[in-house]
Amino acid sequence: MKAKNITFRTEALTKDYVTGATVAHALRGVTLEIPRGDMVVLLGPSGSGKSTFLNIIGGLDSPTSGEVYFNEDRLSDYTEKQLTLFRRHNVGFVFQAYNLVPSLTAFENVALVTDISLDPMPPAEALTAVGLGGRARHFPSQLSGGEQQRVAIARAIAKRPEVMLCDEPTGALDSETGIVVLKALQKVNKKFGTTTIIITHNAAIAAMADRVIHFGDGRVVDVTVNDHPASPEEISW
Amino acid sequence: MTLIIDAMNRKLMRDLWNIKGQMLAIVMVMACGIATFIMSFGVIDSLKLSRDIYYDRYQFADVFAQLKRAPRAIRQQVMDIPGVSAVEMRVVFGVTIQVEGMTEPASGKLISLPDGRKPLLNNLYLRSGRMLRPDEDGAILSSEAFANAHGFALGDRVSMIINGHKRALKIVGIVLSPEYVYSLGPGAIFPDDKRFGIFWMSQRVLEAAVDMDGAFNDISVRMDRGANVEDIKQDLDIILKPYGGLIAYARNEQMSNWFVQNEMNQLRVMGLFAPMIFLGVAAFLINVVMTRQVATQREQIGMLKAVGYSNRELALHYLKMVLLVVVLGSILGVGAGIWLGAGMTNMYTQFFHFPILKFSFSPEVMIFAVLFCTLSAIAGTLIAIRQAAKLPPAEAMRPETPTHFHRTFLERTGLEQFFSHLSRIVIRHVERRPFRTLFSTLGVGLSMSILVFAFFMEDSIDFLLKVQFDMAQREDINLSFVTPRAITALEEIRLMPGVMKVEPVRSVAAFLKSGHYAKRSSITGLRPAPDLHRILTKKLRAAPIPAQGLALSSKLAEILHVKKGDMLTVEVLEERRPVLHIRVAEIVEEFIGLSAFMDMDQLNRHLNEGTVITGAAVMVDPLWNGPLYQKIKNIPAIIGMTILEKSRQIFRDVMGENLMKMVTMNIIFASLISFGVIYNTARIALSERGRELATLRVLGLTKGEVAYILFGEMTVIILLAIPVGLFIGYMMVLGMARSLDTELFRIPVVIETSTYGMSVIIVVVSSILSFYLVWRQVDNIDLVSAQKGVE
Ligand SMILES: Nc1ncnc2c1ncn2[C@@H]1O[C@H](COP(=O)(O)OP(=O)(O)OP(=O)(O)O)[C@@H](O)[C@H]1O
Ligand SMILES: [Mg+2]
Repeated sequence: MKAKNITFRTEALTKDYVTGATVAHALRGVTLEIPRGDMVVLLGPSGSGKSTFLNIIGGLDSPTSGEVYFNEDRLSDYTEKQLTLFRRHNVGFVFQAYNLVPSLTAFENVALVTDISLDPMPPAEALTAVGLGGRARHFPSQLSGGEQQRVAIARAIAKRPEVMLCDEPTGALDSETGIVVLKALQKVNKKFGTTTIIITHNAAIAAMADRVIHFGDGRVVDVTVNDHPASPEEISW
Repeated sequence: MTLIIDAMNRKLMRDLWNIKGQMLAIVMVMACGIATFIMSFGVIDSLKLSRDIYYDRYQFADVFAQLKRAPRAIRQQVMDIPGVSAVEMRVVFGVTIQVEGMTEPASGKLISLPDGRKPLLNNLYLRSGRMLRPDEDGAILSSEAFANAHGFALGDRVSMIINGHKRALKIVGIVLSPEYVYSLGPGAIFPDDKRFGIFWMSQRVLEAAVDMDGAFNDISVRMDRGANVEDIKQDLDIILKPYGGLIAYARNEQMSNWFVQNEMNQLRVMGLFAPMIFLGVAAFLINVVMTRQVATQREQIGMLKAVGYSNRELALHYLKMVLLVVVLGSILGVGAGIWLGAGMTNMYTQFFHFPILKFSFSPEVMIFAVLFCTLSAIAGTLIAIRQAAKLPPAEAMRPETPTHFHRTFLERTGLEQFFSHLSRIVIRHVERRPFRTLFSTLGVGLSMSILVFAFFMEDSIDFLLKVQFDMAQREDINLSFVTPRAITALEEIRLMPGVMKVEPVRSVAAFLKSGHYAKRSSITGLRPAPDLHRILTKKLRAAPIPAQGLALSSKLAEILHVKKGDMLTVEVLEERRPVLHIRVAEIVEEFIGLSAFMDMDQLNRHLNEGTVITGAAVMVDPLWNGPLYQKIKNIPAIIGMTILEKSRQIFRDVMGENLMKMVTMNIIFASLISFGVIYNTARIALSERGRELATLRVLGLTKGEVAYILFGEMTVIILLAIPVGLFIGYMMVLGMARSLDTELFRIPVVIETSTYGMSVIIVVVSSILSFYLVWRQVDNIDLVSAQKGVE
């Protein structure tokens, strides 16, 4: 019964990067549970393993040892094809770099994903959700950084993913724009119950999370549960 | 500082390692360009060097003339011609040779050698054995080619019929002559060392054998440097006219030399075509790769400039990268060029008989080829570097803003709904960079055109053979008589074993003139509607022999600047040497040689002779070949017999095979180049869009879908390149056919569908192979890289 409410569960996850003679221990045994529908913020110093963790649970990378369970499915059991389908249908990624396809309009960037999804929302709706209903026919080069990031979010939410994985989504944005982007993420989290994991360096953002996980030197140092998440406007940057 | 230089060099090595595939492709293309260049020019140089040394050391004469018979006493008269420095008079006599074990007869030329002294002109190179002793009877020197073709050794005897008498002569020496670097038997189109040999004999012995005591029938002259060859020819003609002299000719009309010269001209045309294209494509490729390479390093260049590197230092840094490629390409190219050149030179020894023919190339050729590559590579790189270096460092360091895309014709025409989003990415990319698309299309197209060109060579040989042997010369054997004979000789031939059909041939040497254009040729008299030896119209249909006037081959008409209906002056080079005026009645097509045809009876009437013939075209039942050849061998009146099937075979075996080697090499090189171009274009697309593709994979697109975007663009380029390549190839074929349009032969522009087909197939296969190699990289796209800021 309990398992039903857990989206991701990791067991003693480790990741070593071997470069020549030196070994970097990016993760040194991370055991975690991410409850369904939670807004989770990952905090921690640079190099503490946050991105590595996110990439592994998103199926972009594989751990050196340990296990990742997504809805009690072991990711390491997935074939290449299943991993692709997992990314296609279950995960929405947002990165610090917006990674839009420059040759497609905002609308088409979203449609590119909804075309291959099982139960997507109309691209226009996704764009409206991030406040970009009027920019659908613009190419990325015609949009501001914040707008591009919101298109990336629209692209991620349009497929109605079970989880959103965001690696420093506001890293390249000013505080005003950052708030707009965070609001968009929170809205999606609340409205669709999407489990959302956000990596950030801005501890203030943690105030809007249901749960804050602190990373340090490849380990989880602390997990705080926030019973009264703030709204993005209340956050002081 | 050293640390930084060191770091820079390390960066250089890593960058190179990352694009090793592309660099290797460029090294390959460059090597192909340099190799063909060195090979072609080296072979020309080698031939030229061998020829010049040979002619010089062995006193190859400057002016030649044949005559009926003149007393040796006229020597002084010839010496008195201003500008003449040496004269040699000889007896040259046609013989029939009988070789044991060979059913068909062979023919030969017996040439006199002065007794007790070295010839002043056209000296012999002794390969083995010894020279003749004064007045030595029963001994001959044999041309090396004939001896080798039959495996004759010193001391072996050759049976020949000299002036009606059969004699067995002992070979005492094996020699080569500058007059016979290339030797062609009577009536032959291709050299056949087995059926035509040259022999030398003591002058006094030969004079006695052919009743030419104190007389000669062949004269060669050497002239002073700077003397006017036309004047000497004219003076010589005047002196020899009373003795049945045929018109004197200079080196450029001497058959052997003419063939050598022609071959060298051809080689020069071919040697320029392919290497220039290969080098051009290489330069284009390196430009594209370097532009791209520098573009990916934009931010680094900005950073390096910000910390104090000058534009010059940066340029040098990237030039090192290019130099490595150029050095590798040069070493490989020079090596391959020497190897191929040596092979090709060796194949020339099969039909060009030089005492020594070794492959060598002048340093200038190598320097030019290498320098051309180097400069084109450097130019490509500098252009790319200039673009990056002119940015202020701060701007260069900023990540590139997303490339600007705008609505394309797709949206404007409302066609977009028919395309998937993936297809839209493809189409917009193609449209977005029209120049890149254009250059890639050109690159693939050019490499394809070389393929068309190479396959065309093969087609044209087949076509030439088909026209020559299946349409024009349909006889099985071609006989020529020592002297013209009455038409009744035809009946004798008809009665020989196995003969199914006989047609008369009346051939006469003539000098054709129109205004100040003149050409030595021959007029072939034929029956009105020949069935074996035929003439062909421009459309390659058999044409009747015009009842009145001459039928000229189109090339001859071109040389003489005449057209249908014009009058020609014909100086017959025979007997009484009448001068005739004959109208051009028809222009006919002929790819080999320069001929003029005429109705036989009309020709005889013009010559004021009875119905005589000089040879016959014969159709033979192949079952009777043996007995027929045996019979012909024993008829002294028949001096030459060409077996057309043998000619064809020789052509195939020697020339065809050599040509095929060259064609094969061209095909291999062209395939390498098209592969190189396509692979590079795909690799560049991959590296340019690596992050975009990784992102798409993160978004859940399959590898296939990602590959579709990548290869879709390439496929569009290749589809565009195919018609472009076929068109350029066609133009190249036209260009080559035009520049190879010589007196020796013309290349008909006939491109088979299969040539186009094969070229397309090779390009498609190259594409698939490139796609496969790039696909393996797509397979390894690092998904994590999508979320990193910079590649
Ligand atoms: N591809 C790689 N090769 C080698 N080491 C790596 C690689 N990727 C990450 N690391 C190392 O793993 C460790 C964790 O990296 P990670 O990117 O997860 O950190 P992070 O917490 O996301 O840091 P930041 O906040 O700076 O983004 C770092 O020490 C890093 O140097
Ligand atoms: Mg990180």
